[in-house]
Amino acid sequence: MSAIAEETVAAPPRRRLRLALWLLTRSFSSMLGLFLVTAIVALALLGPWIVPYPDDVQGGINLANKLQPPSFAHWLGTDEVGNDILTRVIIGARISLLVGIGITVAAAIIGVPLGILAGLAGGRLREVIMRFTDLFLSVPGLVLAIALVAALGPGIVNAMIALILVWWPGYVRLAEAKALSIRDEAYIEAARVAGASRARILRRHVLPNSISPLIVKMSMDIGQAILAVASLGFIGLGAKPPTPEWGAMISIARGYMPDWWWYAVAPGVFIYLAVLGFNLLGDGLRDILDPRSNRG
Amino acid sequence: MAGYILRRIGLAGLMLFGLVCLTFVIANVAPSDPAALAAGPDAGRSQIEQARREYGLDKPLPEQFLRYVTDLAQGNFGRSIATGRSVGTDLARYFPATLELVILAMLLGVLLGVPLGVVSALRKDGPVDHVTRIFAVSGIALPPFWFGLLLQLAFATWLGLLPTSGRISVFTEPPDPITGLLLLDNTLRGQWPLFREALSYIILPAIVLSLPCLASILRVNRSEMVEALRMDYVVAARAHGVTPWRIVMVHALKNAMLPTLAIIGLRWGWMMSSTVLVETVFDWPGIGLYAVSSAIAGDFKPVMGVTLIVGLNFMVANLIVDLLYGVLDPRLRRA
Repeated sequence: MSAIAEETVAAPPRRRLRLALWLLTRSFSSMLGLFLVTAIVALALLGPWIVPYPDDVQGGINLANKLQPPSFAHWLGTDEVGNDILTRVIIGARISLLVGIGITVAAAIIGVPLGILAGLAGGRLREVIMRFTDLFLSVPGLVLAIALVAALGPGIVNAMIALILVWWPGYVRLAEAKALSIRDEAYIEAARVAGASRARILRRHVLPNSISPLIVKMSMDIGQAILAVASLGFIGLGAKPPTPEWGAMISIARGYMPDWWWYAVAPGVFIYLAVLGFNLLGDGLRDILDPRSNRG
Repeated sequence: MAGYILRRIGLAGLMLFGLVCLTFVIANVAPSDPAALAAGPDAGRSQIEQARREYGLDKPLPEQFLRYVTDLAQGNFGRSIATGRSVGTDLARYFPATLELVILAMLLGVLLGVPLGVVSALRKDGPVDHVTRIFAVSGIALPPFWFGLLLQLAFATWLGLLPTSGRISVFTEPPDPITGLLLLDNTLRGQWPLFREALSYIILPAIVLSLPCLASILRVNRSEMVEALRMDYVVAARAHGVTPWRIVMVHALKNAMLPTLAIIGLRWGWMMSSTVLVETVFDWPGIGLYAVSSAIAGDFKPVMGVTLIVGLNFMVANLIVDLLYGVLDPRLRRA
């Protein structure tokens, strides 16, 4: 495995990509991850056109039809105001995916430049950036996010802001460690001796070489961010009903347990499969792109 | 060694101060006005101003910060604006319930995670390894609040084996606390029926809470064991005729336990924070549920108190792990 991986790093880009793809197809769990992620993305993109009851997206009221068990007309049953649960869960994929990707990308955009700057600059600047980062890492993310949402006020936008504030320090850590290890590589020295500017070294040498662990981390984090948003939705600090967000749906459905238990099952299965997909994909990508850091 | 310990403790102290600053900043960027909240929904302007003076909210920020720090140093977390009760007293009342839950979940995580990790490493790529791998990945991906609801449905509603939620039955008079941990208190008193009752209430939330921890301990332990079993010293031990059992349990596991220990330290704090979800599902009267109900009411002081307690736990756990590392791995002491 590690010999192949070394070659992955050394080979020219196109062959490297082909090898990576081949390695990915050989692992069952990676393929399962890829399949789940593709399915969730497809649901999110096609959602409004494939849902069986488009009128139920905004939360129409049809009390005659409420809390029906799964049937041919309603595959996953209906909720407390008679909306089709399948429809709402599919639309929920759109929200969760958008929010998950949004949080991860925003955290990376804040964290990566700061991390690279800290790693390359060294000295006092590094000290300031890293201590500031440590501050946010001094308390577990979920509690910090709740404290932030309590201060900002509940709602999906504030939940997103809180989670971005919780998430960026991880990227600073990653980028700083990577930049530190790359800084002393011979090819950086060579580029500097050849007269390359600082910006060019950053763009052409440091960034491409820190991209693999970044991709792996982002893939894992999208899953975790989806879970975190659903968690905030569940405890009532995230998306507000009737927004068809998975966590908020489960929080409502909880009130209809145990008699109408299928209501809570459907959104949970979707959260689980989405998070599982991104985790498996990230895990598979790590085996290929960044094999030396394979730690739980 | 003394230098190593002092440095670690100093670092933890700095982190703690940072955490205090962070909670202060969060409480002060809040767009809603705490004085208005304290005065109540029907308060006029003069009543709001009076509340502002009463809670010291009219002072300049540096002065407020100084008061905040000195109050915290005396164990005073302020008052809940919604109920008027002291947050410190509330935390002292709710914390033992959370602590009991986290201890039990951690025991489950370690006692199951480590052996399963060892077995998967020994049977690498065998059926057991595949099953534990799926189990471990699921453990991290399952939404704990949803998993909790499913367990309630299965074990409380359908099978009727366990109670749905709470810490003890509403009809049971809670005994005078010794430690506040019901399982331990009832063991000390030898009250087995009460012990069994407390156990039946705690077991489902503990399982839910332990699952992500179990999964990550399992995975780290497995990959460390795989690594350790490939080492030269294992080959050497085998060549010397050391029994396989001893090679696994002493030579390999001892080395694999160091990174596992680091994960245990991290997970302690994360578990404290996941109690927010688990306690909400199971109506477990701990600091997690306290934080959630206060956050929904827009009441900061309790939320900040819980944040500080969880952060303190996180720091102390990591400090203990750091110190244990120093004891177990002599190379670190010189670094």
